[in-house]
Amino acid sequence: MEVVLRNLTKKFPGRDRKKREDVIAVNDFNFVIPDGKLIGLLGPSGCGKSTTLNLISGLLKPTSGRIFFGGDDVTDLPPENRGIGLVFQNYALYPHLTVKQNILFPLQNLKGKDKLSKREMLEKANEAARLVQIEELMESKPAELSGGQQQRVAIARALVKMPMVLLLDEPLSNLDARLRLQTREEIRRIQRKTGITTIFVTHDQEEAMSISDMIVVMKDGIVQQIGKPQEVYDSPVNLFVARFLGTPPINLFEGRAKDNQLYIGEDAVLRVKGIADQEVFVGIRPEGFILQENGPLCCALGGVEVMGRDISVVSQNKASLSQSIRAIVGAEHLEKIGKTYAAGYGEKGPDGDRAMETPVRFALNPHKVFLFDKETEERIIFEEYV
Amino acid sequence: MMKIRLTESNLKGWLYLLPAILFLGFFMVYPLVDVFIYSFEEGYNSASQTYFGVGGYNYSYVLHDPYFLQAVKNTFILVMITVPLSTGIALLISVALSSIKPLRELFQTIYFLPYVTNTLAVGLVFMILFKKTAYTDGLVNLFISWFGAGSVDFIEGPYWAKMFVLCFYTIWVVMPFKILILTSALSSVNQVYYNAAKVDGTSKFRTFMRITLPMISPMIFYLVITGFIGAFKAYSDAVALFGTNLNAAEMNTIVGYVYDMLYGDSGGYPSYASAAAIILFSIVLTITCINLLISKKKVHY
Repeated sequence: MEVVLRNLTKKFPGRDRKKREDVIAVNDFNFVIPDGKLIGLLGPSGCGKSTTLNLISGLLKPTSGRIFFGGDDVTDLPPENRGIGLVFQNYALYPHLTVKQNILFPLQNLKGKDKLSKREMLEKANEAARLVQIEELMESKPAELSGGQQQRVAIARALVKMPMVLLLDEPLSNLDARLRLQTREEIRRIQRKTGITTIFVTHDQEEAMSISDMIVVMKDGIVQQIGKPQEVYDSPVNLFVARFLGTPPINLFEGRAKDNQLYIGEDAVLRVKGIADQEVFVGIRPEGFILQENGPLCCALGGVEVMGRDISVVSQNKASLSQSIRAIVGAEHLEKIGKTYAAGYGEKGPDGDRAMETPVRFALNPHKVFLFDKETEERIIFEEYV
Repeated sequence: MMKIRLTESNLKGWLYLLPAILFLGFFMVYPLVDVFIYSFEEGYNSASQTYFGVGGYNYSYVLHDPYFLQAVKNTFILVMITVPLSTGIALLISVALSSIKPLRELFQTIYFLPYVTNTLAVGLVFMILFKKTAYTDGLVNLFISWFGAGSVDFIEGPYWAKMFVLCFYTIWVVMPFKILILTSALSSVNQVYYNAAKVDGTSKFRTFMRITLPMISPMIFYLVITGFIGAFKAYSDAVALFGTNLNAAEMNTIVGYVYDMLYGDSGGYPSYASAAAIILFSIVLTITCINLLISKKKVHY
């Protein structure tokens, strides 16, 4: 079902007795969530993403703005009449009930014409269990299950009533790294299979990017950018979005544009067109560095991190806003950079200060370089020279 | 089998346990064993510390004593009425308390007051409420008379009127502690379960029966067990209401009977007292075992 959020705003009364200033958790959120899509609400903690989810679920009432499910205004409906399934961050499985009883619970609440016979209920519960592959756990208590299994039970419980919209609050944050990968694929699979419009909240950008059809990046209650994961990654609208997406994170430099040249420190690193002379922040994705012996950007080599498929070259630059720059290059460069590195350190080892003098030079991939206004932190679009 | 042996390595452990073991031994285990022995010594004389023989006569005497049977009957009625009622009412009040926001602390304090009030002061209040004197029939009788009913003598009148006052008093006295325990148990239930229930469209009643109640069941169980034990040991409440001659008032309890056999006007029979005490002990033990068996099915830890 299509979900429309129109001018959605939620204010909480301020805690500070003296100031009494309202905290705006969600500020004028506008979004049309297309039917049958998986949407990731993404942002750092306290950005209002969970509040947004709770507004959609109906557990919270918006201060202003409306919510529509498939054309119907549901803003004033209580949660149970909205036709949603909600999976809580800590799953909220009833600890005293078995898995089966937990999944049956929402069905047993149905009244009047929706009331189901015992057999129908069992059938539906089994179907939901089959979907998340927990049929053999039906008689267990939640405490006997692993985190991943509990998560599946929670999803089954949310799905058993065949909701129009499925909401997941930080669905993977309580799982270990391996299980997280597996479960997020699982969520994707279940969502595809059921075709239920699904909205999930996460602070983990990798998680959101990997499974969402669209991501919504939020900060301080304000939507920063909405789009397909790759689009948002490739073309962030501002410094915040650029920094928030990507591991390792984007490398930031102080730079300036002058006469169609982009300078980082004294190095003229890129020719740019259509941009006024000004001071800028330069963001370069780790994969935007190209190792080149006569490359324009000169950094001091700090070390090499081997990651198997590729290597991460750690270096320093005076203009960098962070302590070290991370450039991801192919593993084939390992031998050469290793030699440079060894030559730099000589006999002194990693603590020697000669490494600081060992230069490493990069050329830049202009598609991976973003410029941001120093004041507004908005992206400045430039044309590249061909 | 684990061997209890004093070795160098566990010496320290035993040393730490020693004070507790000594106290429990002197004041709990030794008297218990002593009472058990007394209860089989026939015709024990506390002055000369002699007895005629060993056997079950003390038990047979006690079990045939109409005063004891009256005490057992009273105690059972008291237990069966006050334990479920006080727990149920306390649960209702706790749920009400935790669902109101304004003045909650004030109400909590008010409901806790009986707990810190002196027993004798409470007894006095109940006297004013129920006792007939030359000047007044008592507040409750005044109230009853508004509805056109005749006055009842609650303190020296018919059996059930007296039993009503005793139960009322007991419930009122044990309530604050139960409310205290239950409100804290209720507030420890994670809000997220209620949210989950809300999203699933669970009715308030069902939420209470299927979620709240099982979640606080360990605390309810604790209150029921201690409630049973406490009610079986009731004595001072009856004295506060009906004076020391409980046998005459038909309001004696088992513990009251034990006390009378030891120190009362008809006292001086430690053997009978011991037998009665052992009978009480076995009753409480049986009831507690039954409780534990039931709890295995109904209590969710």
